[in-house]
Amino acid sequence: MGKEMMYADAIAAAIIEEMQRDPNVVFYGQNMAMTERDPMLKKFGKERVRIAPISETAEIGIGIGAAMTGLRPIVELWMSEFMLVAFDQVINEAPRLRYMSGGQVSVPLVLKAGYGFCAGWAGQHSNCIYHTMMGIPGLKVVVPSTPADAKGLMVAAIRDDNPVVYLHSYMLTLEKGEVPEGEYVVPLGVADIKRNGTDVTIVAIGWMVKKALAAAERLAEEGISAGVVDPRTLAPLDVATIVDSVKKTGRVVLVDQAPRHSSAAAVIAGEIAEHAVGCVNALRMVTALDAPIPYSEPLENYVVPHEDKIVEAVKAVMAHDAVAA
Amino acid sequence: MPQKTAKKSAPRKAKTDTNQLRWMYTQMVRIREFEETVKRVFIEHPGVIRGHSHLGDGAEASIVGALYTRHDTDFVMPSYRCHGYPIVLGTPLRNMMAEIFGRRDGLCHGFGGSMHLADPARYFPGTSGIIGQSIAHATGAALTAQVKKSSQIVYCFFGDGASKQGAFFESLNMAAVWKLPIVYILENNQYQAYTHFSLEDANAVAGDPLSKKAEAFSIPGATVDGTDPEAVRKVVAKAADRARAGDGPSLVETKFYRLSAHGNVITVPPLPTQFPEHEAVAVYGNRKEFEQWHAKDPVKRFRARLLKDRVLTEASAKQIEAAARAEVEDAVQFALTSPLPAPEEALQYVYA
Repeated sequence: MGKEMMYADAIAAAIIEEMQRDPNVVFYGQNMAMTERDPMLKKFGKERVRIAPISETAEIGIGIGAAMTGLRPIVELWMSEFMLVAFDQVINEAPRLRYMSGGQVSVPLVLKAGYGFCAGWAGQHSNCIYHTMMGIPGLKVVVPSTPADAKGLMVAAIRDDNPVVYLHSYMLTLEKGEVPEGEYVVPLGVADIKRNGTDVTIVAIGWMVKKALAAAERLAEEGISAGVVDPRTLAPLDVATIVDSVKKTGRVVLVDQAPRHSSAAAVIAGEIAEHAVGCVNALRMVTALDAPIPYSEPLENYVVPHEDKIVEAVKAVMAHDAVAA
Repeated sequence: MPQKTAKKSAPRKAKTDTNQLRWMYTQMVRIREFEETVKRVFIEHPGVIRGHSHLGDGAEASIVGALYTRHDTDFVMPSYRCHGYPIVLGTPLRNMMAEIFGRRDGLCHGFGGSMHLADPARYFPGTSGIIGQSIAHATGAALTAQVKKSSQIVYCFFGDGASKQGAFFESLNMAAVWKLPIVYILENNQYQAYTHFSLEDANAVAGDPLSKKAEAFSIPGATVDGTDPEAVRKVVAKAADRARAGDGPSLVETKFYRLSAHGNVITVPPLPTQFPEHEAVAVYGNRKEFEQWHAKDPVKRFRARLLKDRVLTEASAKQIEAAARAEVEDAVQFALTSPLPAPEEALQYVYA
């Protein structure tokens, strides 16, 4: 049985449930738990719920050290770009320490941040930087697209013994959906078929899943059956599910909010090229245009992928036969 | 891994007794012998050690004096110049040397090398090769100790260069705000890689000790002669007591001199790696400084003192030194005969 919940509340529910289950889970970040009225602070106390200064390097580094020695920290970073000031810790520390120790230590750490806030935040707070992390061995990257996935993936991220970057779309914060009550785990590395379709496979990530589903709805009215596959985690990437779907339809559109050459879509396109060779006749990538995110609304809308562009791309691939000649 | 009980491995007394002074000298000699042997391997077995190795000769008094105050389950988290610490913790030298030689029997099975020794079973969780970053990790271990109420403290060692990193300032601020049980030991060996600290440290430029940085965080700071293990012990003991009492972090600057160069020469294959001359001579042409500090060699100084105080005799000192030599030679032979890892093992340990 499920309960209608907002995406943001589903994430919070997962954190609360895991903190109840496991006393080693701690939660800290900037501008949180500031007063004694804070509900998390009331529930779990000031040892486990903490306010941190604006010090991403130390916040993340402390999370790593705490994870190496027995805690399971969740660091609230608010915006994914804030990780850039501490990228050594994210890229060159957290995912390397286990390997360098020959498997002696593990780093069960969750770095939680919103991404892609397309609401007039301009060039430094609206970006998608997951591409820089999904190719780092040892790091896992999660991008949930629904409230249910948001909950189940957060639970899995907290329980995972590896560092996990958990990126929630700011644009989905208030999105409502049915969320299973009680313990609910979505395993990392398993894609989800959000809609079945026989003519074309749309692979979409995070906020783009919602746009892809809306596009698929419109296309159905025109007699085109578009399936939507949501990888849910970019690392590990469920190549098999994506390739299976693509092999059935022979046509693929990849939708990603990131700019073309730093998109997850480009990586997925490479996997499709290798693993579905001979089965795919047409592939299009619908990504952000190659520009920083601009401030003014019409400019922003122009740069970021939207429904019309997805519909257009699907029609373009539909012009090709389903199977390569 | 952390245990609730923390019993003392080396109980402190008002006056350090003979056995404890002998223990200190033994550890210092073991470190020195290990480091000099690693250095010699560059000549005697060219190509056996790859990449970059950083030696702690000169740091013996700082390492041993500080760790003398450690209780059995306290964490030790140094930088990439990391050989000395696990030696004191009892990590087998065989596995350390095998790791430096990239062998399967290495502490980390050949995945880490000289810069990334780790022995979490002995409360030495691992190191970072990126200067200053492990200060944050050590601070995180202190968070674990505080949250778990394990009564452990953390000994965090780093160099003078690292104290110019953002990770240093951010970590000390957070440790002070959260009153974390940690002792920050700033090992001022006077050279950040190739740069003398007087060229890059604001406190040094102003003629102040580097421990003045503690004032920025309103925590105790002290500078001590890092060539004297007893002096280090006394100052670190106070800082450790403060951490154990729940009063938060302290910063101790142990000032000494790195007796060897920053690391081996960075060579491009097929040239084998070699160990160069110290920067004081090679870069700055200052042989006088180099010789003055070698005259204050902490191992030789402590030996002379123990002989004078009749804690050791010439014969008992030689016995300690011979035992260390034999132990390290055994480690070299073990490492040389340990197999190299099989190539496909490379994909182990990426994920837990």
